[in-house]
Amino acid sequence: MYIYDEIDQRLVDERVAQFRDQTRRFLAGKLSEDEFRALRLRNGLYIQRYAPMLRVAVPYGLLSSNQLRMFAHIARKYDRGYGHFSTRQNIQYNWPKLEEVPDILADLATVQMHAIQTSGNCVRNITADHFASVARDEIVDSFVWCEVLRQWSTFHPEFSYLPRKFKIAVNGAEHDRAAVQVHDVGLHARRDDNGNVGFRVLVGGGLGRTPMIGHVIREFLPWPHLLTYLDAILRVYNRYGRRDNIFKARIKILVKERGADKFRDEVEAEWAHLKDGPATLIPEEIERIGKRFTRPTYLSLPATDAEYEQKLAKEQAFANWVKRNVHPHKVAGYAAVTLSLKKTGVPPGDATAAQMDAVADLADRYSFGELRVSHEQNLIFADVQQSDLHDLWQAAKALGFATPNIGLLTNIISCPGGDFCSLANAKSIPIAEAIQHRFDDLDYLHDIGELDLNISGCMNACGHHHVGHIGILGVDKGGEEWYQIEVGGNQGNVRPGLPAALGKVIGPSFARAEVPDVIERLIECYLKHRDSEVERFVDVVHRIGVEPFKESVYGNADQRSAHRQRQLATH
Amino acid sequence: MATLIKDRRIASDNWQLIKPGPDGVLPEVPAMGSIIVPLALWQRERAQLLARKGQLGIWLDSQEDPATLADDLNHFALLAVNFPKFGDGRGYSTARLLRERYGWKGELRAIGEVVRDHLYFMAACGFDTFLLREDQDPQEALTGFGDFSESYQTSVAQPQPLFRRRLAGTK
Repeated sequence: MYIYDEIDQRLVDERVAQFRDQTRRFLAGKLSEDEFRALRLRNGLYIQRYAPMLRVAVPYGLLSSNQLRMFAHIARKYDRGYGHFSTRQNIQYNWPKLEEVPDILADLATVQMHAIQTSGNCVRNITADHFASVARDEIVDSFVWCEVLRQWSTFHPEFSYLPRKFKIAVNGAEHDRAAVQVHDVGLHARRDDNGNVGFRVLVGGGLGRTPMIGHVIREFLPWPHLLTYLDAILRVYNRYGRRDNIFKARIKILVKERGADKFRDEVEAEWAHLKDGPATLIPEEIERIGKRFTRPTYLSLPATDAEYEQKLAKEQAFANWVKRNVHPHKVAGYAAVTLSLKKTGVPPGDATAAQMDAVADLADRYSFGELRVSHEQNLIFADVQQSDLHDLWQAAKALGFATPNIGLLTNIISCPGGDFCSLANAKSIPIAEAIQHRFDDLDYLHDIGELDLNISGCMNACGHHHVGHIGILGVDKGGEEWYQIEVGGNQGNVRPGLPAALGKVIGPSFARAEVPDVIERLIECYLKHRDSEVERFVDVVHRIGVEPFKESVYGNADQRSAHRQRQLATH
Repeated sequence: MATLIKDRRIASDNWQLIKPGPDGVLPEVPAMGSIIVPLALWQRERAQLLARKGQLGIWLDSQEDPATLADDLNHFALLAVNFPKFGDGRGYSTARLLRERYGWKGELRAIGEVVRDHLYFMAACGFDTFLLREDQDPQEALTGFGDFSESYQTSVAQPQPLFRRRLAGTK
């Protein structure tokens, strides 16, 4: 955990006071609806379908057990006893009262937390690879760089009223677990031939209604220039990004309209003025921030624990869980563990106050009192002793957090959808649940192998459907909820092989009840075509193309035409 | 009546802002007195404006490039930047460029949607006078400058970022 100093704390406290005053003025009629909207959004407060929604920041997904207990407290005191972990590594509350939000923010500030810039047209919470500081393929500890960027982006005087939201992801390892190719700016740490740290800079990626893969505008930016270079990118965007049309206001549109080369030239021209200026980072600052992180005191352990190996050999259920939910660690005798928030029948990412308290206790006992939120909406204990895995598994099972489905079809990423969100065209949670029920057979699920299934309730794509191996998008047709299905998306180089890719729509959309059948047919098609268990669903799509999958769902061209006729006849 | 804030106090305003009315028509330029005219008028009637009695100021709209004034700064007694909408933050970059790149040392005035909740950032980016939007309560607006007591970044008001000031022991 990064521990605030006096100034970090003071700024967060001042933000609470500022928002309290804004809320007071709004309720007194001194601040218009529109202006309060812009101000409350940058404090994470939406007015939703049924009630306000408050999005609390979990900077780069890292939190302490005490902070998690505070989330539980807020869920109980101000909400209906639960919270929802989002794909932005944040937590959302769906039932707070507008006039109580300043009190919630004040409570959060007591544990060094806030809702700063979790929405609005500003730089949002910086996201990171969720195995930062423990991964074996680590290049740098991305948390340190994320904190540098958190401070730089917090109340940035020049870039607080951008054309649109701005999302930055930092990946500190060889493999990209932060989806840097689909962010407004993606930073992928690298080392040059002399071992110096720098970043590959990608710009203009994103999901939403115009999904795009980001362009590399600098292969290697030496780390001291990180902030001046970002200032240059943001200045070009702030000045020239479109403000006439909300759907064309993201930086990806500016990059596309100008062309990546021209955009880079403009950034470089701007940077020439800022380079080596006072915002140039210095080693002392990186060291200072690094030292403000609490670090686990690892024991010197053997690489394998004999008792653990025995249990692994004897208990199939435990072995299944280890296979899917336990990840290698750079320190011998330790492992990282994913607690799955994707149990069938529970909305993906939801956790109750009691579960949060219990997880906080487990984090204290098994993982140095810290945990992470992954962008796949699960919780991660990063530093668990191998010899504790069996105990932790049993405790997690009792909480319903031990579903062995990480990387599998039922580990569904889903936005809150039409059940909560006023933007949504369609519900997503019932779809997730219906699919989880259909694929509840663990043997079948494991046989299908690695598969990311992502659901968004509208084209804002909060459920990242474009980069799901199977992506489902809720669409509105004449006031009814329909679902469009894509295949072949990929969130990045999570595993060696495929780069990030956007899915392709397979054809006309389906009614809700049809969706599990469609998924099943896609899976059958995959199983028929794969050449071994190693070849994943998405690999097969990329090898043989979308057509066979289309046919498996809609039949051949003649059958498709008949299907369309039937649809027209019923609607 | 719109109130002017200068030196963090309510001040009297000797400048006349020449801005198109709701009908889009630009008012007549008065023969005397201090005026702030749009960039386009300056570009069109440069000689007449320079020959006129009284001080001259130029205002830039949010999409206008401050570079166009870079070579003429010595003709002006004031520059202003318009904020046409609450959420339009281009003027922040314009102000920094005028101060930091083109070296404007004179009065830099924020006009348009100048409201309490923007004042802290506006001051940080180099504005030193603020023509408040008409509905703003001037006393309440003045508290806006104190929203935050510190900032991490470089700005016109604080050219050294917090991390450098910490290291120098000044923070």
